[in-house]
Amino acid sequence: MVTSITSFGRSGLYDWMVQRVTAVVLLAYTIFMIGYLLFNSDMDYMQWKSLFECTSMRIFTLLALLSMAAHAWIGLWSVTTDYIKPTGLRFVVQSGCGLLTFIYVVWGIQILWSV
Amino acid sequence: MNKKRPVNLDLRTIKQPLPAITSILHRATGVVLFFGTLFMTYALSLSLESEAGFNETITMFEEGFIARLITWGLVSALLYHLLAGVRHLIMDAGHLEELESGTMAAKATLAVAAVAILLAGVWIW
Repeated sequence: MVTSITSFGRSGLYDWMVQRVTAVVLLAYTIFMIGYLLFNSDMDYMQWKSLFECTSMRIFTLLALLSMAAHAWIGLWSVTTDYIKPTGLRFVVQSGCGLLTFIYVVWGIQILWSV
Repeated sequence: MNKKRPVNLDLRTIKQPLPAITSILHRATGVVLFFGTLFMTYALSLSLESEAGFNETITMFEEGFIARLITWGLVSALLYHLLAGVRHLIMDAGHLEELESGTMAAKATLAVAAVAILLAGVWIW
C-alpha cells in the first residue's frame, strides 16, 4: 500500500477533522465580517483602521487566515488528486497552490501588523 | 473483479442527482474562493494602507463595475460554499443522509443560496 505524502496531516481522519474545525472558524469570521459591514455601511478610514488595530481583531483575523490556509490546502488537495491524474502535472499544480497559500499567509500577516 | 466491464464516465451523458450538483458546486466555489482571495487581500491591503487607499477602495467598489461584479461573484461563491458546508456538518452528525432527506437538503441548500445571492446582489448594488 502506498500512503499519501501530500495530504495536510498525513492521515485522512486528521484532515477530515482539521477541515471541519477550520470551517467553523471561517463561518464565525464570515458572519462577523458580513454583520460588521452591514451595520457600519457609512464607516470611515479611522473606524476601519481602529478595528484592525485592536489585538482581539488581529488574533481573530490571523486565526481565520491560518484556518483558510489549512482548509484551502485540504480542499485543493482533494480536488487536484481527484481530477489531475498525471503525477508531474499534479505535483506542479499542488506546488503552485501551496506557494499561493504561503503568499496569502505572509501577505496577510504583513497587512495586519502594518496597520 | 472483471476489469472489462463497461464503464460510463462520460459526464455529458450522466444525469447528475441533485446532491451531486450541490457537491460539485461546493468544490467549484471552493477553488474560486481560493483564487478570489488574491483580489480580496489586495482590497484589504489597499483599504488599510492609508486614508487615500481607503477612499480608493471605496471608489473602486462604488464606481467600478468590474470590481462590483467580482465582489458579487466572490460573495456569492462564499455564501454558497458556506451553506453547502453547513449541510456537510449536519450530515456529519448523521442527519439528512437518506435518499429522500438528502435530496430535500440539496434542494434547500440551492434555494437558500439563491435567495442569499440575490440579497447580496441588492446589497452590493
